[in-house]
Order: sequence, then structure tokens, then C-alpha cells
Amino acid sequence: MTPALAVHDLRLLIGGAAVVDGVGFAVAPGEVMALVGESGCGKSLTAHAIMRLLPDAVRQDRGYVALDGDNLSVLSERQMRLVRGRRMSMIFQEPQAALDPLSTVGAQVAEGTGSPLRQARAAVLAMLDEVGIADPARRIDQYPFELSGGMCQRVMIASALIARPAVLIADEPTTALDVTIQAQILDLLRRLAIERGTAIVLITHDMGVVADIADRVAVMYAGRIAETGDTAAIFARPRHPYTALLLAALPRRTDVPRSRLAVIEGRVPAPSEFPTGCRFAGRCPLADARCRAETPLLREVARGHLSACWHAEAVR
Amino acid sequence: MRPRVSFGIRVIVLLIVLFAAAALLAPWISPHDPLRQSLLLRLKPPGSATASAGLFPLGTDDLGRDLLSRILYGARASFIVAILSVSVSLVVGTLLGLAAGWFRGWTATLIMRFVDAMLSVPAILLAVLTVAVIGPSFVTLVLVLGLTRWPRYTRVAYAATLQVAGLPFIAAAEMAGADSARILLRHILPNIAGPLLVVATSEFGLMILFEAGLSFLGLGIQPPAPSWGSIMSAGRQYVERAWWLTVFPGLGLFTLVVCVNVMGDWLRDRLDPRSAGR
Repeated sequence: MTPALAVHDLRLLIGGAAVVDGVGFAVAPGEVMALVGESGCGKSLTAHAIMRLLPDAVRQDRGYVALDGDNLSVLSERQMRLVRGRRMSMIFQEPQAALDPLSTVGAQVAEGTGSPLRQARAAVLAMLDEVGIADPARRIDQYPFELSGGMCQRVMIASALIARPAVLIADEPTTALDVTIQAQILDLLRRLAIERGTAIVLITHDMGVVADIADRVAVMYAGRIAETGDTAAIFARPRHPYTALLLAALPRRTDVPRSRLAVIEGRVPAPSEFPTGCRFAGRCPLADARCRAETPLLREVARGHLSACWHAEAVR
Repeated sequence: MRPRVSFGIRVIVLLIVLFAAAALLAPWISPHDPLRQSLLLRLKPPGSATASAGLFPLGTDDLGRDLLSRILYGARASFIVAILSVSVSLVVGTLLGLAAGWFRGWTATLIMRFVDAMLSVPAILLAVLTVAVIGPSFVTLVLVLGLTRWPRYTRVAYAATLQVAGLPFIAAAEMAGADSARILLRHILPNIAGPLLVVATSEFGLMILFEAGLSFLGLGIQPPAPSWGSIMSAGRQYVERAWWLTVFPGLGLFTLVVCVNVMGDWLRDRLDPRSAGR
């Protein structure tokens, strides 16, 4: 089956530094794929590269994106605009800021249909209902300031999905929301992925969110994919030291109260200081001379489970 | 949520509305034909009445025309010129500012350096020169005022566009496949309308002054059509014998411009959160 979205060997440069290097993954229809990593690991830039809306300072010198098998890099900017919002949509952190304060809920959701609200009203009402907004007939004519953050995110999701895109990119969609609302929004995304067959790329730094809804996960570190595979397999047995340390850093109910939280020592190197070899070597308990000299490539360590570590088998 | 409006502002708005009504209704409320001359009725003081022609509440001018009627029609000229020239400069300036703020790069450099150049030449001097060369007419007056006064809008629109373009909802609109024209007109323009409205209000007062100034110099509304500037200009020679010819149009001009400016300040305080300062 053709994946809904396939990213091939993406490389993004800022100045001379490869801030995203060799990133590739595929998402099937109805599947939720999580892209996890710390701030600055390149996950948001990857998302922008998929939409082909990179900041001016970033240059893509390798790789391409395929949507339903169509290579997007051959499209003109005009054709690409027809892809955005119709075949591929994106939602953001801070839903309240992502809605135009001077435009009604209905008008903004209707924008995805390409026709004015007068004509699209029935479709907009149905979509608002589908994303779980109570009393859509009243909400449709309200302005964003009259809505809560969770409701704004539902409106964003409605406006992103009304044109039935094959792919939804969700960039930290729940980071700005409180925990109960976060769970509701994740449930909603999960449900929409299954019901509508939408492939979802979920960008997050929160392993808890990944565990909640992702079918598969790609862990990124310093612009490269460290490990990728089924969520269950990775949580059961991580095959990259970075993933293992991330999981160990999750606070658990069984932790001794007031004990120190587990941390990963050191910090992510700046793009200008990326080392040769494995970029995680400087913080890795397993690193040896080979790690510092040779870049480990992704290799299959179990069925469908890939790790970019020379010592994948030794990870505990 | 109703905004509190002070008594002073209510009076100011009422005065502006009265001026606008007078301008709009001039043909129906004028006691006399503003162009009708009468040598027998020259320079009659305010309140004069004759059995044959009736009352002249503000007196007559050197050609025996009713001053009140001329002032009412003059207000009409002021409003029409100000509305049209403010519209021209608002549209031109805003479009250029939007373009500069959205496309940035060399587009912005080109537009904003041209704005700097325009602002380094006094607008009234430019207007006087242009009218003197092309020759005065109503259309020339509107275009000259409109096309010399746009740079302020461009500066404001540019700065506001830069600011709004960086907000997440604009990125969201781009991600949703909106093109530049749609983003600029649907999403950015409404969000920068406040500061532009403030500039337009203060420019409105200035345009009324410019129109009066140019007409005073004989470069604006051409006699015998009435304009506050030309009435004062003609009345200047008689200022010792017939004070009403300069005082009444001057008073009208002064009151209207002060009212518009005060309203502009009030609007700025309401629409621009940074200058609210309370």
C-alpha cells in the first residue's frame, strides 16, 4: 500500500550546519506517527519542510516528500498552495494565537472548503460537531476570544480536516493545554485518524503523549533519527541509549517521593558544534572511540524497529 | 462591555456631525444662492435684513453674496476634498505598506526609501508646485493632496504588517494554503485597520487645512465656487471694514479641525493599546 506520507532522506541546512540530516519516515492512512525530540532537534523544521514553508534562512539540499505517492518537490508554488489545507494540513501549539482574532469560527473553518461561509455553513456545522464542539450553531458565529483554549484547538482541527486531507501534521497540539483537555484532544485526534483514515504526524517532546496515541514513533536527536519503530516495541525495549534515557527520565508513580528526578547529563550540541560520528556520543554512557569517529546509520535491530546506534544490542 | 465615552468627546462628535450635516444639506438649508451677486447688498454686516431679499444672518461679501450660504457650501467643498483625498492616500499608502511589510526584501527597501524621500519634501510645497504647473482644478486638487500625503499610511501599515505577519494565525493561514492576496486582505488588513484609522483621522483634519490653504492661495477651489480658503482670501482686503468675511470662515475652519484632531487623539487612545497609558 502507498503510504499517505513518505519523507525521504531529508537534509536541511542553516548556514553550513545540517540541522536536519537524513530524516526519512512513512505514515500509512489512519496511522499516528509521533516525531519526538528535545527543543531544537529539528522536528518542527521537518514539519515545515513537509509543508514546503521553510524560514528564509533554512535551505533544503537533499531529500523529497511524497504525498499519496506524488513527489511534492516537483510542484510549483501555486500547485503547492492547492496541496496545503486540502491534501495536507497542519495544526499548532497555542491554538488561540493560531486563529485570526477578527474572524469568526465559522469563517475560519469555511476557509478550508474554499467557498464562503454562506454556502459551506452546513458542512462547517457538521465538522464542528464532529470535532466535539457542543452547540455548534452558537459557536459558529463567535470569535476566538469567546472560546477556551481546548475549544480553539478543536476549531483548528475542524478547519484543518474539513477538506479531508490525507495527512495532518500536528505540531505540539496539546502543549499549551492543561492535562485533562490534552487527553481529550489526543482522543479526538486518535478517533479522527481511524474514522477518516487521516495519517497524523504528531510532533511532541512528551513521551507520555506518544504512549497515549502513537502507533509508531521516530525519536530525533540533533537533527537525525535515533530510533524508530512501533510505540509498544520501543517502550518495551528501547534500542538507542537516548531513547532509553528519555524513558528512564519519565517520572513514575512508583518513584520514591522527593527523590531526584532522572536526567540526561549535558546538553544538545549547537548545530555549529555537531561532532563527527554519533551526535549523541558526548552524552552517551555507551560511547567509545568508534562512536566518536563513525556515524552510525539506521539499521534494523528487530522487525520494523530501527536504531542508529553501534551498540543497539547493548542498550538496557 | 460598552465603552465609556466622556462628555467632551460626545460634544466633539456632535459638532463634527453638525458640520457634516451642514455640508451634506447645504443646498436645502442655505437661505440664499451662494453665487447670487447684488451690488446693492455689498458688505452688509451680520444680521442685516432687507425687505426684498430677506435676512443675511452672517452678512454679505464684497459682491453682495450671502456669507452663511457661502460658508455652508464651503463646508461641502472641504468635506468632499478631504474625504476624497484621504481615501486616495489611504488606499495608495496602505497597499504599498502591506506590500512592503509582507514581501520585505528589496520590495520593502524600494518602497520605504521612496517614502523617506517623499517625507523629506514638505507636502504643501509639493502640492503648490504641482498645482501651479498643471493648473488648478477640483480633480487636480484631490489627486495632488491624495498623492502627496500617502507616506504616513505606508509607514504605519508597514510597521503593523511586519508585526502581524509574525503572528501564528498568519502562519496557520499559509499552512492552510491561502495565497498572499488573501492573507493580506482577509487576515492582515483587518488587524492593522486600527492604527490606519487613527492616521486617517488626523490626516482628515490636515486635508481640510490644506484645501483651505491652497484655495486661499488661489490654487484650490476656483472662484466663484465657495471655499473657506477663498472666502477668507477675498475678505482679507476688507478685514477693517467687514471683519465677518474672515472671522466666520476662520472660526468654522478652526472649530472643525480642532474637533477632528481631538477625536483622532481619542481614537488613538482607544485603538492603540500602547498609548493608552492609564
